[in-house]
Amino acid sequence: MSLKPFERLDAIAVPITQPNLDTDQILPARYLQKPRANNFGEYLFRDLRFGKDGSEQAGFVLNQTPYRDGRIILAARNFGCGSSREHAVWALHDYGFRAVIAPSFGDIFYANALKNGLLPIPLPEPSVLAMLDTVQAAPGSRMVVDLEAQTVLAPDGASHTFDINAFSKHCLLKGLDELGYTLGLLDQIADFERRFEQAGS
Amino acid sequence: MQAQQAPRTLFEKIWSRHSIMQRPDGQVLLYIDQHLVQDGSAPAFEMLRQRGITPRVPSRAFATPDHYVPTDSRDLATMADPEKRQMATALMQDAARAGIRSFDLDDPRQGILHVVGPEQGLSWPGTVIVCGDSHTSTHGAVGALAFGIGATEVCQVLATQSLWQRRPKTMRIAVDGRLAAGVCAKDVILAIIGKIGAAGAVGHVIEYAGSTIASLSMEGRLTVCNMSIEAGARAGMIAPDDTTISYLAGRPFSPAGKAWEEQVGRWRALPSDPDARFDREANLSAHEIEPMVTWGTSPEDVVAVTGRVPDPAAAGQPQRREAMQRALAYMGLTPGTCMAEVPIDRVFIGSCTNGRIEDLRSAAAVVRDRKVASGVAAWVVPGSGVVKAQAEAEGLHHIFRAAGFEWRYAGCSMCLGTNGDIGAPGQRIASTTNRNFVGRQGAGVRTHLMSPMMAAAAAVTGRLSDVRQLMAGGMA
Ligand code: SF4
Repeated sequence: MSLKPFERLDAIAVPITQPNLDTDQILPARYLQKPRANNFGEYLFRDLRFGKDGSEQAGFVLNQTPYRDGRIILAARNFGCGSSREHAVWALHDYGFRAVIAPSFGDIFYANALKNGLLPIPLPEPSVLAMLDTVQAAPGSRMVVDLEAQTVLAPDGASHTFDINAFSKHCLLKGLDELGYTLGLLDQIADFERRFEQAGS
Repeated sequence: MQAQQAPRTLFEKIWSRHSIMQRPDGQVLLYIDQHLVQDGSAPAFEMLRQRGITPRVPSRAFATPDHYVPTDSRDLATMADPEKRQMATALMQDAARAGIRSFDLDDPRQGILHVVGPEQGLSWPGTVIVCGDSHTSTHGAVGALAFGIGATEVCQVLATQSLWQRRPKTMRIAVDGRLAAGVCAKDVILAIIGKIGAAGAVGHVIEYAGSTIASLSMEGRLTVCNMSIEAGARAGMIAPDDTTISYLAGRPFSPAGKAWEEQVGRWRALPSDPDARFDREANLSAHEIEPMVTWGTSPEDVVAVTGRVPDPAAAGQPQRREAMQRALAYMGLTPGTCMAEVPIDRVFIGSCTNGRIEDLRSAAAVVRDRKVASGVAAWVVPGSGVVKAQAEAEGLHHIFRAAGFEWRYAGCSMCLGTNGDIGAPGQRIASTTNRNFVGRQGAGVRTHLMSPMMAAAAAVTGRLSDVRQLMAGGMA
C-alpha cells in the first residue's frame, strides 16, 4: 500500500496545552466500528469540538479561526496515551494534520502515526512549552517541518533537530509502508521459525 | 551455554530469544508467539484482504469477541446498532476463514481476551504476546513480554508473525512489605501510577519486583500488569515463580506431560539475573499504600480514600493547574472535599483489570448481608464465562443479586461502552476498570477508579467509602 510521500510542511501550529491527551479524546470509542473508508476527520476530537446537539464548542482550539487550517499539532506531554486505536491517527490525518510535536507520546500512538503518514516529533519539554507560549501569544503562527533535514523551525526562528529512526524516515519520505518490506523477508522469518520451534517453543 | 553471559533482565532474555534480525537503524524484527485477536480487528483483516494475503501462522493466533458483545443476554440481535453488531460477527467470520481458533459468543469460555488468555493457559512465560489492544500488558504477569499494537501492526503480525520494534528501556519497580487488610493489587498499581505519573514509564518495559509483588496471587499480578499502560509503559512483567507455575499447571492450553516439564525448566531460568541492570528503578513501600480512588480524568489523578480532592491552586506548574481545573470541572468536584463523602450513582465491577474470580470473591465478601444503597445501580460483569461459572458454583451471584446487583454475562461492557453499556451524562460511577478518561464510560460520565472491594463498599454506602472502615463496622 502506498501513502503520499511526506513533504516539507509549512503550516499553522495548533496548540494543545492539556497533558496526557488520550486517544479516547482524539477519537471517541463510539466511532471505532466505522470502516476505514469513512472520513475520520469528522470525528476528530468530537466531544471537545462539538456539543451534544452537534454545535461547535467555541472554546475549543480547532473551532477558532486561525487554527481551522492548522496542519501541525503542538501538544503537551504524553500526547496520544491510552488506547491502541489507530483510528486516532486516522482522525488526525483525515482532518489534515501531518505532524504532531510533543515532549512525549503514547508508545503505541507513536508507532501508529509513523505507519500512516503522520509524523510524530519528540522535542525536549522546555522547548515545546516555550513554543506553546509563542503560538498562544500569536495565534496562527506557522512552523516548518523538514523531515529530510529532521528539523522544526519554530515561530521565533529557532531551529530544533529531532530524532526519527532512519527506516521510518525513509518510508515516510518515499510513501512506502513497512509491511511490503517485511513481506520480502518471509524466507528469513521462516528460517528463524524453524530453528525457534526446534529449540522447543 | 549462556552461563558466561553478562547478567540479563527477564525482558532481555525474552527479547534476544525472539530477535529474528536487526535493521541498520537498530529496530529489531521480533517473532510473535501468540497473537490475541479481538473484535475490533476488522480493519486489520480488511488491510490483509486488500493485499490478497492470508494469515501466515493461524495456529499462533486466538480470537474471542469481547468489546462488542451484549452483557444482558448472549443474543447479538439485542444490540441496536447494526455496525456494532457486525463487529463480533466479523471477528468470528475472519477467524473461521483464516483457521484461527476462537471462542464464539455462545461458547461458555468466551470472555475478555486478557482474562481468557491466562485462564486458558494460552499465555506462557517467556513468550512474546501481542494484541490490538493496549491492555495486552496484562499477560506480562505470567512473565511474558506482552504489549498492545495498532491495526496496521495487527495486519503485519497476521501476515508475517513478526513485528518491528524499537528496543524499549527497562524499569524495575520494587514494592516491598505487607499490604494491610482492605488493600489489594489494584491499590498497588494505582499508587504506582500516582507516584510516577501517566507518562512515568513511556518508552519502558516495567518489571514489577519486591516482596509485595511476589506475595500477590496470579489474579493480583494480572491486575498490576494490566495497568502498566496507564503509567505509559510499553509493557509490564513479573518474573515467573511457583505462583505462576502452579497457576498454569493443568490449564487447557498449557503444555502437558513431558512438554510441561521442559517448559517449566525454561521458565525457571527466566527471572532477571541478580546483578542485571535496569535503565531506571523506583521503589514503593507497601505500608504506605491505602485503598486508592481517582478524583480526576487521568489514572495519575489518584489519592487515598482517606484523602481530599486536591486544590489546583497548590499545583506547581501552570499546565498542571489548568489540567486539574479542567478535570475537577468535568468531575463536578470541589477542592478540599473528603473523597469519602462523594456520592455515587452507579457501580461497575468487572473488566480485564478486575473481572477475575478473586476480584468477585473480594467484592462479594463486602456485599454479603448488605444492600446496594437506594438509587444506586450496581453491576457485576464477570471477565469471562469461566469466571462467571466459577462464581456461580461458589454462590457469589446469589450474594450480589440478594444485595441488589445485576449479575451479567462476560464482556468489556461499561469499561469502554462500545457495546452500548454506558452511563448517562453527569452520572458518577465507582468502577473497577482502568481508565477514568473523559467520556470513557459515556459522554459526561464521571469515573472513579478503585478496587473491587472499594467499589463494593461504594455500592452499599452510596458514596465513595473506605472499605476498611465498613468492614470494621464503623459504617452503617
Ligand atoms: S475490559 Fe476495558 S480495557 Fe479491558 S479490553 Fe475490554 S475495553 Fe479494553
